[in-house]
Amino acid sequence: MRIRFTLNGRRVEVDAPPHITLLELLRNYLRTTGVKRGCETGECGACTILMDGKPVNSCLILAPMAEGAEIVTVEGLAEDGRLHPIQEAFIEENALQCGYCTPGFLITAKALLDRVPEPSVELIKDALTGNICRCGAYRMIISAVLRASEKMRTTSASQG
Amino acid sequence: MSMLEYRRFSSLEDALRFLSERPDAKIVAGGTDLVVQMRMGKLKPSTVADIRGIMELRGIRESDEGLEIGALTTIEEIRESSLVERLAPPLWEAAQEFATWQIRNMGTIGGNLCNASPAADTAPPLMVLGARVRTARLGGGRTIPIEEFFRGPGETILEKGELLTHVHIPRPGDSEGHAFQRLGRRVAHILSIVSAAAAVGVEDGRIGWVRVALGSVAPTPVRARTVERELTGKTPSRDLIKSASEKVLNDIKPISDVRASAEYRRAMSVVLVRRVLEKALRRAGA
Ligand SMILES: Cc1cc2nc3c(=O)[nH]c(=O)nc-3n(C[C@H](O)[C@H](O)[C@H](O)COP(=O)(O)OP(=O)(O)OC[C@H]3O[C@@H](n4cnc5c(N)ncnc54)[C@H](O)[C@@H]3O)c2cc1C
Ligand code: FES
Ligand code: FES
Repeated sequence: MRIRFTLNGRRVEVDAPPHITLLELLRNYLRTTGVKRGCETGECGACTILMDGKPVNSCLILAPMAEGAEIVTVEGLAEDGRLHPIQEAFIEENALQCGYCTPGFLITAKALLDRVPEPSVELIKDALTGNICRCGAYRMIISAVLRASEKMRTTSASQG
Repeated sequence: MSMLEYRRFSSLEDALRFLSERPDAKIVAGGTDLVVQMRMGKLKPSTVADIRGIMELRGIRESDEGLEIGALTTIEEIRESSLVERLAPPLWEAAQEFATWQIRNMGTIGGNLCNASPAADTAPPLMVLGARVRTARLGGGRTIPIEEFFRGPGETILEKGELLTHVHIPRPGDSEGHAFQRLGRRVAHILSIVSAAAAVGVEDGRIGWVRVALGSVAPTPVRARTVERELTGKTPSRDLIKSASEKVLNDIKPISDVRASAEYRRAMSVVLVRRVLEKALRRAGA
């Protein structure tokens, strides 16, 4: 069936069978392979994307459910070839080892910072419970989110 | 997974007509239970009916009698709602500890109830709040007390072609206290090992009425009627609560599964019932 939605700001239209998941649609049909396949049962968060601004597990969404939605994947974070401040902060804080969990963490962190520009450590932990890092980089991930929060606030202050 | 047809509905009427003609069709709301079951091969629906576009099934409203929550309301919307916090405190508490942000953004209260897991976290709070559920089908719906909704694991009283539309929660009175607590393998783990909720009305220093309900300790979420009987009409004390909590063993039939043993569930049921009763009584001002 035909499925239409916005992917990282671009309108897309794709023919796919209705039983596949949005994760499969994004990876295998649209080649946005930044979205990672982990547990496929909603527990690890590697497949996290933004659907209409909210973090969701793409492995638990049937592809046709994306109709008309605005989808953002990790590929949509950088602008004009410049990394998003959250991505920079992850690099600066060494918030990854293998990196498999990173796209999911970046997306959830973006959703959090879009809502709460200056989150407490407690709030960061709460928001990120749906993302698992097997390498155990949690401490650095939390530092990175705090650093990103600072970066984003200084950028928007200097612009505004 | 396989599926031949996917249909979207924005009108309740159209959805009901379609579902009555196509008894094989499976409803999808947030999909967080359905897609997992499809992936595991437990369910192979030939047709999926997407009801997410039916606006009248969304949202939280204050009504004359209390609170009305549409079946498509997400757990995250419940978690963020000050109306729910004020008018249905144990449901709000359950939403705080429910799954993960990602799951809460998709998962709906209707899906949680209709999936009819013995571990459905919204069920014990709704039971102690005295909630009723409203259904729709061609030729008229029904309004049923939440306790009568569940029949067994994965089974509800909903008939083919019947939809859950709203949950109604009566307005709590003064000197009423509530509490919810759950125990899981980790904060954000899939399902509770045991969950418990309590609501109590204090009258002249005595327990005028009390409702206690538990999840994950029987084929459906259950009321702890023996505990309730033990407490009603009495003056609350530590000893009374302790001995009444132990009576919960008469009300539950836990099994052993991957999450916990039956024995552990029995022991924890006693503890959780005691804790929610203490908290609810404290909040009722007793
Ligand atoms: C990782 C993970 C963690 C989870 N954690 C928890 C938890 O902490 N607590 C908990 O209770 N649950 C938990 N769940 C289970 C699930 O997320 C919830 O039960 C959720 O509320 C289901 O809602 P949904 O809208 O996604 O349901 P769906 O999957 O869309 O539907 C579930 C079932 O209900 C039927 N249905 C849905 N809406 C209606 C309706 N209006 N009328 C009639 N039938 C309907 C569907 O046909 C289907 O059979 C978890 C699941 C996962 C994957
Ligand atoms: S792959 Fe989706 S949550 Fe693990
Ligand atoms: S960096 Fe390896 S899983 Fe997180």
